[in-house]
Formats: sequence, structure tokens, C-alpha cells
Amino acid sequence: MLIRVTDAPLDPSEAIAAVASPAAGAIDVFLGVVRNENLGRTVDHLVYEAYPSMAEREMEAIAREACARFGVIDCAILHRTGRLAIGETSLVAAVSSGHRAEAFAACRWIVDELKRRVPIWKKEVWSDGEEWIEGPEALERPAPAPPR
Amino acid sequence: MTVLLFAGVAERVGARRLAVEVAPGDRVRDVRDRLVAAHPQLEPFLPTLRYALDEEYADEDTPVPAGATLALIPPVSGG
Repeated sequence: MLIRVTDAPLDPSEAIAAVASPAAGAIDVFLGVVRNENLGRTVDHLVYEAYPSMAEREMEAIAREACARFGVIDCAILHRTGRLAIGETSLVAAVSSGHRAEAFAACRWIVDELKRRVPIWKKEVWSDGEEWIEGPEALERPAPAPPR
Repeated sequence: MTVLLFAGVAERVGARRLAVEVAPGDRVRDVRDRLVAAHPQLEPFLPTLRYALDEEYADEDTPVPAGATLALIPPVSGG
């Protein structure tokens, strides 16, 4: 189980290698990346701050819970801190499992859970100001319906 | 005891770490009330503030062990 909060750039291939297993038929990977706008405002960059030791404890608890709850083989969760430019990766979650359904479900659950309880905060910086974002606003939006 | 502040809370108070006196039998809310008295800037954060004692979420009723570290956790926004 690879868990890390770091101010260094994230490498998704490291997370993929960490969860690889001969028993795996699927590895699902989620990347959180920095978007250039939020709620109609143009974002210049983001600053992530963490309570690193507690964040890693919570991420490890989430990974363990995901393995138990979804019966997946292994999970990796990496989160970056510091200043991130548009397009940079802030979060990597990787899950390996025997079959794809469990990996998809566990990966989504891990990201949702991280947004609820891992002590990490992001500040949006615009050309004319900045603001700490409070709460996982994306969780309040319903999941989009699958295409027919 | 040591109190850790983060993100908007740290900016508003102007500190990332505070020292607070703790009496035997104190619960999280007693420490919180003392902090707010000393730093009224904390007031607007209270409705959504969570707490962690030694890196584990705790509620307002949790007794504060001697030598513990209390963290004030505003709504998280990682990901």
C-alpha cells in the first residue's frame, strides 16, 4: 500500500507499479489535475496545504477500508502539496483487482472519501485575488448519467 | 498544549501553532472556548470546524489528554 503526501511532482507510473500483482486483471487509475477555471473564475494556480502526518494516516485508513470493502488487491494514494500550475497532477489513486468492476468502484470511493476526511486544503489563486476552498464542493453534484 | 492551525484558519489568526493552558478534565470544547476568547477571529470558522487530537478526529466532548496536540480542521478540500 503506497501512501504519500509530498511537495514533489507525482508520477502515476509509480502508483501503478506499487499496486501491480500477478492476481490483478485490472488496474484503475484516477488523476486529479488542476483546472483553469472554477465557478466561472479563471484560476491562475492552486496552493495545496496538508496536515501531512494526519493526512497520511487517513489515506492509509481509506486504502485499508477500500481493500476490505471492495475486495480489491492493493491501493496507492499520492497527494501533492505546495504550488501547482494548471494541468499538474494533485492526486493519484490506483487500485488493482481481479476484475474491473471492483477497481472502478473502489477508486471512485477512495477519491470521494479523501475529499471528505483527509486534512488537505486548496487555495485558488486568480489574477485578482485568492480564496481557500472549504469543503468538497464536487461531492454535492450528482454523478452524471452514463451515455446510452 | 499545542494547537495546530491550517489553511484559512491559520491565515486569519496569523499563526500556525498556538500554545494553550489545559486544566485536568478539560474537553476539546473547553480548549476551543479558550482559544476563541484569545483569538476572536476564530469565531466565523466554528460552525464548520472539526477537531483532531493526536492526528485522529475527535468531537467536542472528547477529553484532552495531557501533552496532546489539538488540530483545528476547517472543511477539507483535497483531491
